[in-house]
Amino acid sequence: MESHEEKPIIYTMENKPIVTCAGDQNLFTGLYGLLSQQLPREPMEWRRSYGRAPKMIHLEANFVQFKEELLPKEGNKALLTFPFLHIYWTDCCRWQGALRLHGSTDWLVVVVESDGKKKNKTNILPRTSILDKIRNDFCNKQSDRCVALLDPLKDSSRSQESWNSFLTKLRTLLLMSFTKNLGRFEDDMRTLREKRTEPGWSFCDYFMVQEELAFVFEMLQQYEDALVQYDELDALFTQYVLNFGAGGRNVHTSVFIPPVMSVVRRADGANWLGSFCQPVRAWSGLLLRRPIDMEKREVIQRGEASLLDLRSYLFSRQCTLLIFLQRPWEVTQRALDLLHTCVQELRLLEVSVLQGALDCWVFLSCLEVLHRIEGCCDRSQLEANFSHTVGLWTYATEKLKSLGYMCGLVSENGPSSEELNRTVDLLAGLGTEKPETVNSLQSPYKKLKEALSSVEAFEKHYLELSHAALEMYRAIGRLRSGRLVGKSLAEFYMRKGDPQMAQTFLQDALKSYTAEGWSLPITHTRKQIAECQKQLQKTEDYLQTSALLASDANLSDEERKHFCQEILTFASQASEGKDQCMALSMTAFAQLRELQFHPSAATVHIGAALQLELRLCSLMPVPVHLEQLVCTVLYSEIRPAPAGSQRRPALSPDGTVTFPATSPSRGAAPGPAAPALELQEIQDRSPSDNALNSTGVVCKNVHLLMRINDNPASLDPPSAAASAITVEDGAEMLKANDVTLLPGNNSIIFSAPSLKAGSYTLRQLCATVGQVQFVLPHIYPIVQYDVYSQDPQLTVEPLTESLLAGLPQRVKFTILTGNYTVKKGDALQLSNSDSMPILHSSACSACILTSTGDQVGEASVSIQSSEKVTSISLPQTPPYHTLEFQLEVLCHIPSAPARAESERLTNGEVRHRPKNRTRYNSGMASIDQKVSVDCPWSIYSTLISLTFYTPFKAQHSLLSAGKRKYIQVCLRNVSDTNFRLANQTLADHQCTPSLQLLSLNAKTHQLVYSKQCVYSLWEVKWATEPPSCLQCVFTASFSPADAPDTALKPYRYEFQIERVTTLYSVKAEIQPAVGEQHCHAGALCRLEVSITRVMDPSEAEREDEEYTESEGLRTTKLMYEVVDNSSNWAVCGKSSGLVSMPVAAMATHKVQMEVMPLFAGKLPFPSIKVSKYLAHSAPPTTQPEADSCLENDNLSLLDKGLEDQGDTASLRSRGSVHSLGSGEQQQRGPPMPRLESFSPGQVFNCSMARQVLVLPSTDDHVLEVNVT
Amino acid sequence: MAVCVAVIAKENYPLYIRSVPTQNELKFHYTVHTSLDVVEEKVSAVGKALPDQRELYLGLLYPTEDYKVYGYVTNSKVKFVIVVDSSNTSLRDNEIRSMFRKLHSSFTDVMCNPFYNPGDTIQSKSFDSIVSAMMVQSS
Repeated sequence: MESHEEKPIIYTMENKPIVTCAGDQNLFTGLYGLLSQQLPREPMEWRRSYGRAPKMIHLEANFVQFKEELLPKEGNKALLTFPFLHIYWTDCCRWQGALRLHGSTDWLVVVVESDGKKKNKTNILPRTSILDKIRNDFCNKQSDRCVALLDPLKDSSRSQESWNSFLTKLRTLLLMSFTKNLGRFEDDMRTLREKRTEPGWSFCDYFMVQEELAFVFEMLQQYEDALVQYDELDALFTQYVLNFGAGGRNVHTSVFIPPVMSVVRRADGANWLGSFCQPVRAWSGLLLRRPIDMEKREVIQRGEASLLDLRSYLFSRQCTLLIFLQRPWEVTQRALDLLHTCVQELRLLEVSVLQGALDCWVFLSCLEVLHRIEGCCDRSQLEANFSHTVGLWTYATEKLKSLGYMCGLVSENGPSSEELNRTVDLLAGLGTEKPETVNSLQSPYKKLKEALSSVEAFEKHYLELSHAALEMYRAIGRLRSGRLVGKSLAEFYMRKGDPQMAQTFLQDALKSYTAEGWSLPITHTRKQIAECQKQLQKTEDYLQTSALLASDANLSDEERKHFCQEILTFASQASEGKDQCMALSMTAFAQLRELQFHPSAATVHIGAALQLELRLCSLMPVPVHLEQLVCTVLYSEIRPAPAGSQRRPALSPDGTVTFPATSPSRGAAPGPAAPALELQEIQDRSPSDNALNSTGVVCKNVHLLMRINDNPASLDPPSAAASAITVEDGAEMLKANDVTLLPGNNSIIFSAPSLKAGSYTLRQLCATVGQVQFVLPHIYPIVQYDVYSQDPQLTVEPLTESLLAGLPQRVKFTILTGNYTVKKGDALQLSNSDSMPILHSSACSACILTSTGDQVGEASVSIQSSEKVTSISLPQTPPYHTLEFQLEVLCHIPSAPARAESERLTNGEVRHRPKNRTRYNSGMASIDQKVSVDCPWSIYSTLISLTFYTPFKAQHSLLSAGKRKYIQVCLRNVSDTNFRLANQTLADHQCTPSLQLLSLNAKTHQLVYSKQCVYSLWEVKWATEPPSCLQCVFTASFSPADAPDTALKPYRYEFQIERVTTLYSVKAEIQPAVGEQHCHAGALCRLEVSITRVMDPSEAEREDEEYTESEGLRTTKLMYEVVDNSSNWAVCGKSSGLVSMPVAAMATHKVQMEVMPLFAGKLPFPSIKVSKYLAHSAPPTTQPEADSCLENDNLSLLDKGLEDQGDTASLRSRGSVHSLGSGEQQQRGPPMPRLESFSPGQVFNCSMARQVLVLPSTDDHVLEVNVT
Repeated sequence: MAVCVAVIAKENYPLYIRSVPTQNELKFHYTVHTSLDVVEEKVSAVGKALPDQRELYLGLLYPTEDYKVYGYVTNSKVKFVIVVDSSNTSLRDNEIRSMFRKLHSSFTDVMCNPFYNPGDTIQSKSFDSIVSAMMVQSS
């Protein structure tokens, strides 16, 4: 520093670059105000060296009168007092010499001309010449360093212009001076820095040099640049300390160092660090209220600064500049870093520090920074930036706390003498309060002093700080950090003997740890809570917490045993008068893992044994003896469907219910598990008639569920939940006495009550240990078992898929005894029926099965048959068992249509007639047989229906060959069984003696396979007259093919055939056209149909047929039709017509017509159909037209004769319609001719299936094929 | 190098937390848990950026006198926290970043294991060995 007078300039930091003025002082004084005011008005661009970005800068200057003393001497590094520019106003001889003497080239000569002067003088000496002369005289090579200023005090445009150009010139030159002088300074500085490895180099000296540069930047208001200077110093120092600390042990050469630095070695470079390693004697904290802390600066300058001094000074400068730069939040950030760094560095350098001194220093510094920030920000800004300041608050709180602990201010008894001494030592290191804060009431210094002065004051300050930090954390949402502060507070309260306060904070913290599943903090916090609760004598809560801790795997075995013992000790205490049990949650004590039912369906009948195996995992570290383990059961009378038809969802097939594993001590890991919904059905019945009034579902734990929804983040601490535990009183309960639960899995077996039918729901599990009850309030998933009561049941079912009639069949009788006990002498009474006798053998045995299907016994069943009743006496059978036996029954195949008569059964019921039904799918006729059974357990009869199926279906047909007749019977096996068939016989029912039925069948047995037929054929022969009607009976014997030994069973089929005799024979003949040998396709051929009466009408026929008497000849009218269904022939002309046949043997009628074959080949003849023509009901005599028609045998005439009939087709259709109608209707309807077809045996077609050869038509189409 | 490495699930419960055995494990649990405050703050500040520009590395969460706590958050909001001793000044930002990258890739391997049930605590040996390497490296 130069001299003492200049100090204040530096103090205020309001100095400006110095510009000296010499020459005409009067003139300058006149211009001074204007100049200093207008110089900063316009910014100038400042181009920088070393690639730094150019800057716009507003220049200011401190114009001082030129004195030679102002010129810096050789080697002086001060920049603040450096005159950057020298201005000479008008007269300049000796001045320049003085400047030159000091090597200053930054000067300017200003020639001020006044207008008046100019006017007075004539133009002998031109105005410019003065300037020129001065230029020539002084600035021989720097003509720009001379400026003419035109009467600046006058307000004319000319003078304004010259004034402006002067200002510009002045700025430019000033900047040039800066660039040059600062550049030179920086170069020097760098050179100095490069010498840092040389012995004797001192960081403090270098510090001063670089700080000088920072000052100038600050002076030029280039705060950013100034800050850079300090940051470089900071980094350089940090690096020194690190390397020094790393020391000889481990030289880091690879670490990253900013380019301005290079390797610093401890051995030769860092002896100057010695001063920083001196023991810390003062810990007065940062001082940020002064722009420059001159005291500290001087200490540094003298090289006597301690590490804290240097760091404090450096930080105070950085803080000042950051606040100038309006970055207060960076201050807090850096402050925290600085404090941590200092603590680390002192540790690294192994500087000896009085215990607690650093805590004081950090505490004071934190508060100082906070005060400084508060001083430059308003309230809202502060609140918005709590996240930047809260760290400092917490740090200060921690430090104060540790000071308090150290100085015995937290214990209940107050500080000991040793602690008091320590306090005194610590206070001594604070020194005296700085003058800046002496008058403020809330200075950090005063706070610390006060806090350390007494227990009460400490508490006040500590709580104040803690709550402030808590409040801020809450405001910015850092809840976890807040919890940690809270825990710290809790520890404090515990030390102070205030567990009540501590517990609140701990519970909050626990809530947050539990919610996020952090097991170690949970355990730790819970342990603290347990201590609180013990002190507060909250026995129930304490025991609950102890249970949780005893089951906590994070704790050591000893700790767990300790907590377990706490519970057991309490439990074994004799109850003092009130034997009130303490109910605790079971979740911490033991976990229900599995529950298994035996039998697995969990459904039993009344009185049956149902066992329930409980797998309980004890979480206690030691075996615990339970006096009682009770599972309460809710009974509801709802009758379940028997035999477990509906399976409960939670129940696995082997009857196990598995409970989801929860870990109470760790909290629910992936988010808190909501309590299970607990629903119960309610039914409101009217008291008078027990009718259901209303029903509904009630949720029994709405309060729990709703609470979860309200506050999803929080989980109720177990102690709070424990208070909600209520032990239900259920009438039914499962109980086990004196159970010892070993650590880990235990299996306990209960016998479940099953005396009443209904549904039993397991509700609660309660383990009693002395006075303590561990309760599992809800068993979820819901576990139920059902007890049912069942009425006895009888079922009869076929053994095979279907029962066949005609063969003995086995049926199974099954009796489910249900709640009925079959006593000795109990019998089933079956009503007999003729169509279905019960075939009983002497040895018939019955099986007795349990409800689960295990056979427990066999007994014989005796069957006695009387005329009307078959009695089956049953063996003794216990309830809920199954009795099974088989019987053989036979159902006769009904041979004749069932008679419509209703028999009365023995028991007076109307017998249900067996109904013949046809199963459409198989074509099997079925017979339903009903049997009425009287059971011993019921006064009502049980009606059992059995359906039998007829295995065969028979069809007959009459075949003719001329006059000879044959009967064919087709027997179709419609069942699934193969049968052996024997003794097919056909007999005439009427036993006509002249008639003979000649069998054409094989004599041996025949097999009828399933779904196949057997045909049998008989020729009918007669002696005298052919029978007009035949009544036949077909009988056959059958037995199942796979059981040849069994007796053959009969099968009978009755049928009747009428109109057996052949009346007419029809013969067709086709002849080719005249001259042709064969028929040709497409050529007309002649079709001749001859109809011949085969025999004389019999007596029966005579009455039956309708004859026409004409000219003494009896005739009958026949209609013929030529039908070609296969479109082989085209009939030309009429294809049908009427003929009148004389009723006499061998009477023949021939009809000719033209037909044309449509195809070549062997064509079957068109079929010819002959039917009876019955003229409308008019008397047979009045048919003249028909007669003429007959005579002419003309088809066209026939048409006429049919009067209004359009064509034969319509006639045919009408006729067929009428022939379908009944005779009576025929008579009443309009008189219409009708057709009646003959029975199959009456017309014999001789040319049936005949064929004729048709040649292709003469081919006119020649296909030429040329091969080239 | 690291004194504590933790992986924290999206729901903020620890999937993995391991610290050097010489020091108080509980303290690290508290430290890591508290650091979630800052992680959440930073994530919500970063969250406004476009997803592909989002930087997973959160940098220094907060320094304490003894430790520096660094954070990293995956796209699925799983958080990694590494605690480093404050005295270990030689550790640079880049090294921390590479530690996080290693951790992330190993964590991805764990997630790819078909036998690992996402949300369970990590018990993978290879993950453990990666973490061990991080904790041993310098000391």
